[in-house]
Order: sequence, then C-alpha cells, then structure tokens
Amino acid sequence: MSNKEKYNQAFMETLEVSENELAGLTYTGIPAWDSVGHMALMAAVEDAFDIMMETDDIIDFSSYEKGMEILSKKYDVEF
Amino acid sequence: MKSYDELLAMEPYSLNKKEKTKVMTDRLVELTRHHLGNCEQYKRMMNSVGLDEKALAEFDGEEKTYYDLPFLPVRLFKELKLCSVPDDEVFKTMTSSGTTGQSVSRIFLDRATATNQQKTMVKIVSEFTGSGRMPMLIIDCPSVVKNRAMFSARGAGILGFSMFGSKKCYALTDDMELDVESVREFLDAHKGEKILLFGFTFMIWQHFYKELVRLKKEGITFDLSNGVLIHGGGWKKLVNEAVSQEEFKQRLTDVCGLSDVHDYYGMVEQTGCIYMQCEHGHLHASVFSDVIIRDPKDFSVAPHGQAGIIQVVSMIPESYPGHSLLTEDEGVILGEDDCPCGRMGKYFKINGRLKNAEIRGCSDTYAADFKQRG
Repeated sequence: MSNKEKYNQAFMETLEVSENELAGLTYTGIPAWDSVGHMALMAAVEDAFDIMMETDDIIDFSSYEKGMEILSKKYDVEF
Repeated sequence: MKSYDELLAMEPYSLNKKEKTKVMTDRLVELTRHHLGNCEQYKRMMNSVGLDEKALAEFDGEEKTYYDLPFLPVRLFKELKLCSVPDDEVFKTMTSSGTTGQSVSRIFLDRATATNQQKTMVKIVSEFTGSGRMPMLIIDCPSVVKNRAMFSARGAGILGFSMFGSKKCYALTDDMELDVESVREFLDAHKGEKILLFGFTFMIWQHFYKELVRLKKEGITFDLSNGVLIHGGGWKKLVNEAVSQEEFKQRLTDVCGLSDVHDYYGMVEQTGCIYMQCEHGHLHASVFSDVIIRDPKDFSVAPHGQAGIIQVVSMIPESYPGHSLLTEDEGVILGEDDCPCGRMGKYFKINGRLKNAEIRGCSDTYAADFKQRG
C-alpha cells in the first residue's frame, strides 16, 4: 500500500468517510471529525506510519492537506 | 492585536513580577479593547462601570496595570450569551460541569482560541511531564467522551490531556468498576516506561484507590512507581471524607508506588491556563495567566497570605470576553517568585468554594450526583 493509500485509509476508517470526500476535509468540518474523532484519527495515522507525533503537530493537524504537509515535513512520510 | 503565537514562545514560569506585569497588562488591555469592539453586551457592562476607550488609554502609562481592569463574575456565562465573534465562526461551545439540574456556562470558541488553549496547556503541562508523549492510563470510563453532542467539562478535560498520551487505556468500565484485566495488560505492555495517569480527584479516590486497597488485601498489586499522576476537579468531596492532599498522595504511594502526583486548578471558562501543583504542593500561575485574590468586603486586592475570592485573568480568550473573571472559589497567595521549586510567578492554594456558591468542578459534581443516587 502506498503512503497515500495508508493515509486515506486512516481517514476513511476512523471518520467513516469515502475517498472522494477527503480533499478539503477540515477538523470540525464534518461531525465525525470532532475532538474525539481527532484523537482516534491521530492514533490511526501514527499506527499507519509507525510514528509518534509531537503534541504541537497533533494540534496543528487541522485538515486533510495540512496533515500531509506535517507528515512529509517532519516525519519523512513521502506522498 | 499582537498575535498569541508570540506570547506562546515564552517559557511558562520565566517572568518575575515586574516583567509579567508589563506583558500581562499589555495583553489584557488589548483583549479588553477587542471585546469592547466585538461584544455588545460586554461593552454595555464595561461602560456602566466607567470603562470605555478613553479610560483604557490610561493603561498606556506605568500607573495602571491589569489589576485595575474590571472582571466579570463567572456566573454571568450561565445567564448571558457572551461572544465576540460572529455565530458562523463559533466552532465549539464548551459547557461547564454542573450537577443535575444546575444551569451551565456556555463558552464560545473559534478556531484560533481553541487552538491557543490547547497549545498553552501543552506548554504548561510539559514543564511537569517532559515534552514527549507517553502511554496514558485514564482513570475514568470510556463513555465519558462518547456523548459528543453534549460535551461535558469532564470529557473535555480528558480529551485535553489525551494530547499527552500515546497509547491510551481507560481504567474504569462504564459501570465505574476498575477494569483489572485491561489495566494489567496495559501496564505489562509498557513495563519500564514512564506512564501518565489522568483523572478527577474524587473518581481516583473512590473507584481507583479504594479498589487498589481492596485488591491488595487479596494479594493483587500494581506497580505504578513509573507513573506521573495529574488530577483535578475539586477536593470538596474528599474534604468531607477528611482526606487531605498530603494523605491522598501518601496513600497512593503506599498502595501502588505512585509518588509523582500533581493536582491542578482550572476551569472551563479559561481552558488552557491551568494551574499545576509543583513538587512542593503549591499551585503555580504560569506567564499566560494569573490569580488575584480579592477581599470579599470591597473587592480590593488582598495582600499575600490573606484569603479571599479568586479572580483569574488569562491571555487566551479572543472569541469570548472571559479574560478577567471573578470565580466563586476562595484561595490565598502563598508567595511570588520565590517558591523553593524555582518557578517564577505566584503560587497559591485553594481553600474551597465560597459559602452558598454552587457545587462545581468535575470531581465535585460527580460526587454530588453519586451521593444523590446513593
């Protein structure tokens, strides 16, 4: 599975969204991505890439796109 | 307005009284001006006590400081919708803990304020736990964060601290029974690692400590000597059970080796600016907020060592006018810039709720309901 696929899967499984809804998705943009959903999503992303993010990055992880930016810049996950 | 990000770069306990007064006054005057311009109800209240743009200009000199700014009674957030951003920018509404039948505060957050709350809390708590995230044992039941529509302060507290957890485990079942198997499994999986424990004081005492004592008699023990416990939410119920802070700590050490224990004081109306207890048992104000003790007779500033009503000020609130609030708690300043732990700023203790004030605090409201249910 490519990194993009893993990343998408984490979103789709924790937030129960389909792939075509992912682009432009933001924190609190849908009911499932609230603060509870966020912690579940962070856990799924960390599991998918076997990383542990810093607290500030968890706070800044505010959208589907922003998450990719954080992962590629700070955790060497290439998309 | 100066961006909060600049302020956030400060170390949490780095400023002495003089430095802090300057930074705090600048920020709180800016916030007051911001809310005057963006919250009509706040403006009307401030105008009625003689505070307007012109009066605010007097704060530019050295003479007037944040001690001279007005405060709102915290109870007002139950009665009024106080919001300084348009409705469509409100992205989360926080509610205070309240026992069944009590009215609750409503705090309106936009993205910026919510983010700043989280970042501030991370800065403050990291001073005590270290910056890395660690396995986290939550002394509560999983259902407390599941009711998403009505998000309680208890759930919010748990989620706020979840930021520090890597792997998480809830120690209690939804029936508030200790989940011995899960806890055992969790501790085995993280042997030798530093573990963060978080919960509300009464829940820890009632459903965790007492159960550990019972299990110990049966020969079942847990080793939590690698743990750091952060707990909060009120002492009232335990004061009734005649358990002092010292005893709470000592008994936890005795039963499971847990010795790194920190109480905290905080409220939903100023989320983010929590007051952590240091290793000398003192609650500390960080550079991002402060406590001022007011004499109940005339609301003048009480000298250090004299008990009075606690006023809290916070640099964070932009989306609601909650930067200066009079609480319903009584406390006393123990000292400033000279705690033996080395942290700058005020250190203080809470005496309890004011008489006739409502029961609040996540731990206390749970305890009150617990008692009602028998």
